[in-house]
Amino acid sequence: MSENMLKIENVTMQFGGVVAVDNLNLEINQGEIVALIGPNGAGKTTAFNVVTGVYQPSNGAVWFEGEKIIENHPQGKMKKLYKGQHNGEYTHILAPTPDKVTKLGMARTFQNIRLWKSQTVFDNVLIAKHCRTTSNVFSAAFRLNHKEEAEQREQVEFLLETVGLADLKDELATSLPYGKQRRLEIARALAAEPKLLLLDEPAAGMNPQETDELTAFIGEIRDKFELTVFLIEHHMNLVMGISDRIYVLDFGKLIAEGTPAEIQNNKRVIDAYLGVAEDA
Amino acid sequence: MQSFIQTALPTLLAGISAGGQYALIALGYTMVYGILRLINFAHGDIFTVAGFVMFYAITVMPVYLSIPFTIVITVLLGFTVERLAYKPLRSAPRMSAMISAIGVSYLLQNLMWYVTGGQPQQYPVIPWISDKVMILGQETKRVTVITPVLTVVLILLLLLLIKRTKIGLAMRAASRDFETARLMGVKIDSVISMTFVIGSFLAAVGSFLFFSNYSTVSPTVGTMPGLKAFVAAVFGGIGSIPGAVVGGFIIGICENIIRAMGYSTFSDAFTFALLILVLCLKPTGLFGEKLEEKV
Amino acid sequence: MMKTKNNSARTLLAGLVVIAVLAVLSVGAEAVANSASSLSIMLAVLKKATVYALLAVSMNLLNGFTGLFSLGQAGFMLVGAYTYAILTIPVAKRAGVYQYYDGGIVKFSIPEVFSGILGESVGSVVGMVITLVICGALAAFFGWLIGLPVLRLKSDYLAIATLGFAEIVRTFIQFEGFAPLTNGSNTLRQYTTFKHLYPYVIVVGLCILFLVLLVNSTYGRAFKAIRDDEIAAEAMGINLARHKMMSFVISSFFAGVGGGLMAMYMSSVQAKGFTSAMTYEILLMVVIGGIGSISGSIIASFLFIGCSEWWLRFLDDPANNIGGLKLLAPGFRMVVFSVFIMIVVLFFRRGLMGDKEFPDLFRRFKRQKKEAAGK
Repeated sequence: MSENMLKIENVTMQFGGVVAVDNLNLEINQGEIVALIGPNGAGKTTAFNVVTGVYQPSNGAVWFEGEKIIENHPQGKMKKLYKGQHNGEYTHILAPTPDKVTKLGMARTFQNIRLWKSQTVFDNVLIAKHCRTTSNVFSAAFRLNHKEEAEQREQVEFLLETVGLADLKDELATSLPYGKQRRLEIARALAAEPKLLLLDEPAAGMNPQETDELTAFIGEIRDKFELTVFLIEHHMNLVMGISDRIYVLDFGKLIAEGTPAEIQNNKRVIDAYLGVAEDA
Repeated sequence: MQSFIQTALPTLLAGISAGGQYALIALGYTMVYGILRLINFAHGDIFTVAGFVMFYAITVMPVYLSIPFTIVITVLLGFTVERLAYKPLRSAPRMSAMISAIGVSYLLQNLMWYVTGGQPQQYPVIPWISDKVMILGQETKRVTVITPVLTVVLILLLLLLIKRTKIGLAMRAASRDFETARLMGVKIDSVISMTFVIGSFLAAVGSFLFFSNYSTVSPTVGTMPGLKAFVAAVFGGIGSIPGAVVGGFIIGICENIIRAMGYSTFSDAFTFALLILVLCLKPTGLFGEKLEEKV
Repeated sequence: MMKTKNNSARTLLAGLVVIAVLAVLSVGAEAVANSASSLSIMLAVLKKATVYALLAVSMNLLNGFTGLFSLGQAGFMLVGAYTYAILTIPVAKRAGVYQYYDGGIVKFSIPEVFSGILGESVGSVVGMVITLVICGALAAFFGWLIGLPVLRLKSDYLAIATLGFAEIVRTFIQFEGFAPLTNGSNTLRQYTTFKHLYPYVIVVGLCILFLVLLVNSTYGRAFKAIRDDEIAAEAMGINLARHKMMSFVISSFFAGVGGGLMAMYMSSVQAKGFTSAMTYEILLMVVIGGIGSISGSIIASFLFIGCSEWWLRFLDDPANNIGGLKLLAPGFRMVVFSVFIMIVVLFFRRGLMGDKEFPDLFRRFKRQKKEAAGK
């Protein structure tokens, strides 16, 4: 297995005439916590959506554990409209749907929480186990899979224990306070048994104390589940506190990469953030 | 050439005429959908009610009164249905409003059945428009010729209303972004009522034309033309006024060609096959705009 | 703790016991209904409502549990009803039914085939049940076929596409070219049917039991996840296309079986009766019972059929008019009934049961009792 967990290679995402992500190149190694930061509208979530298969990139490729999982080149109308680089270098089309990407070993959370509203905390996590189910619909309906089901339930109990939601497991997911909903989203993502965890603004809307707790928590789960973490965040305390490396995106382009210390002193980054920084 | 005219012309005329009627009904669907994102399943039944109102009105008053009377009653019905059945559900999920529309359709059909005893009724002959005229050596009812002309005139008026008047501006704003329009002070309730009023008015006009051709009214007779008009609206791109008109004419003409070829059993199936095809290839129709959900 | 434990074997067993009890009760009900002529309508209502219960639950699987707003039910029922009728008309009666088409092209009757092997009474029942399975399988096949293009569509577009599909099926069945098979626009009749109420109850009960088990399985949970948030479901590894298709095909299967039972109940079928209005009625049952509640759908079907066919009958009889009012006349019952439905749709939007099931009510009751005791 390659040490390289995720590699985004020359990815450009263009919507009509608007280039949202421009020739992004990025690598994440196994076991790292890597942050993607940048002002609002820089294209961070778009990059996430490309990696997880929600969007098909206009051009470029994504590698996961040394295997190319996503590839595309400008087609149809995009052929004429395409403004990015590396045109013509990619010739294949690999466009897995998000569920296939998840099965490969990536799971994500959402910026605007997307829990299953009518389900309990427990069921929210249990449903995410479904993608690891091996039984077919009939053996599942007639409960010939009770062993697997029992195992999954045990794992869910354990996960809820880990994120500290065990005592709330029978509550409706949406009845939880905001910070706990975010934790539940993380637990749900973990239930899909990922190797790479993608967190889209996990601390959005949290107060400083909650953010600190979350920072520690992300470190914990990384060690406990042997994860690699890729996160988008605006809270610089969190980013600087846990990231091994940071990539900075501005207007769709990568403007800097490096360790937290390097990024803090990078002039281009400071320029990009001045006036738009939230709590940097 | 002569034989071509003899065989093709009546088909084409009938097609254009049917198309105009579909277009008039389709406008009601498309305008409501444009603003409320609601398939108003009851629209076809409102159209049928207009047919029955005319049938009863003409027995007690002269034609020149019963036509406006029918229009007024139909418009009132459309207005009332919106206020009673759709307005309370404005903040509910979209599916609830659609179910309510189906409920209204069920209610109207049962009501018509009760009032009429379920018997199909002979639609009154409206003088002048039901007269026979000769077109290029073919005898046909005048309504066949009037329909497309009237349809085009009404649509131009409608476009004028939408492009040039204040209420039209409010409608356009509401169809673009319902919530923002409301926040910007557009009186959303009156805009929606207006949409239903216009839609019902056009359905009433459509009913005069349709039933003059079709000649019997029964409680469920409106279902099929209603569905087809809806298909026309989808085909043209739901929410788009020119789309509904073009869709209506295309479906009307195609249907009549299929009938003329001797496959009249399939004329309904064709319409729906066309619908499925359009939805799968270009779900937004000919003139529709694309909507995407944000992740 | 109790809720997180999966007590599925118990569900299965409890379900079988309930079906057995209901079957016994239905034998009793039939005896009661046959005892007085004024009660004879009760038997018809019970049969019809039992069939509709299956149709409503199968629609609820799609509309309530998977969030796919489909209006194709009548089409799948039509496939089931015709399949059943065509395959079970006794050979001797085919010439009479297909009088314009030389007795049709199907020259066998499945119940008769099995009667030949297993003896008259057993074989006939086995044949009927097997035919019902074929009805479902064929409807499921159509479901798969139509699902390929339309399941990618969103909410109301899906509704209208499936509605269109149902109309297409209706047209094709009436097509003269298929008449040797379908008898064209003429009725199919004289086919073999269940004579009593209890076989309806058993067949419908088993079908619904399967659906209950399915909904509570890991696949059922995946369906609910798709309903609640499609994007999140896909991101969590649920293959949307596959699961939507699964739900659609299973729902079509049971709509087909329901169609077959419907044919039995009606004892003659004609394509022109299977209109979109029929789909709407089933949808309204689902709504009244509560979208996402199986027990709600079952209760609602019985209330719906009971009201529309039986309890409100007196409203149709002009003899019941009081004073000078001439309100009561044929059709008035349906007006009152549809007003009632509108009230439910508008003001009791969650229906009778919301998304709760019958056992949930007991569970809550128990918990309340416990809490009260604890205090």
